[in-house]
Amino acid sequence: MGEPVLVIPCSGIGKVFGSIGRDATFRVVDELRKGKADTLCLSLLVMGDEEARAKVAAAKCIAVDGCPLECAGKNIVRSGGVIAAHFWVMELLKENRGLKTGAVTFLDENGVKLSKLLAERIAMKVDELAGEDR
Amino acid sequence: MKIKPKVGVVSCSGECCSLGTLSRVATRLVLEEYRPDVTVTICLPLFLAGELEEHGFAKEHPTIAVDGCGKLCARKAIARYSEEPADSVVVEDLLEEWGVEAPASRRELDGDGVEAARQLAQEISGRIDGIRGE
Repeated sequence: MGEPVLVIPCSGIGKVFGSIGRDATFRVVDELRKGKADTLCLSLLVMGDEEARAKVAAAKCIAVDGCPLECAGKNIVRSGGVIAAHFWVMELLKENRGLKTGAVTFLDENGVKLSKLLAERIAMKVDELAGEDR
Repeated sequence: MKIKPKVGVVSCSGECCSLGTLSRVATRLVLEEYRPDVTVTICLPLFLAGELEEHGFAKEHPTIAVDGCGKLCARKAIARYSEEPADSVVVEDLLEEWGVEAPASRRELDGDGVEAARQLAQEISGRIDGIRGE
């Protein structure tokens, strides 16, 4: 198996978008594609940590952003990484307008549904990116 | 009567381990339940990578840094763009002091994890009261 694909969420703390992206990321790296995908601390990366920067520069990165400020995507690029795929939680919510959610601290039922949907999509992208190494 | 500024609570939200999840959940609990009227927050990656407006956050508000681990991303970030935070909390150290285990899952806190987050939220709230002189 090659280097794990890095899935990096913004983990935005102010709104539910960040919570969903974070939850979906952990579903992928700890459950759905354990070993095939990994994550790292975005803040540590932005602080300029050398180990984090080296990891990002060497791996295929998937950015998971909550809002249009794109903290994950922008900081991957600023840290010398290349974004292989980019997901936006706000877009997911627009596609699923029936799943109203707003609970930020602990995801509610619809928040969990959205997280699972997003995680499936990220997992498929991980497979696609990992497959490019074969 | 002098109006006291709201206290900024800046959490690391570190994705590497459950300590980041505890920091994040405890911070959210402070904002939503424990001290909703006297606190504000900002996403740490946005604060770090932002422009003057975002960096001004720590100048406008006395801040408390909530860090999961000894890498102290939140505390260092505030010090880098403003001055030393008014107070700071390191979750890893507090758990050790209290004899509490870090949660096993970084995605979802179990009952003990939620209890630890509430204990942390109370600790942070006490520090906020101290900053505000209450």
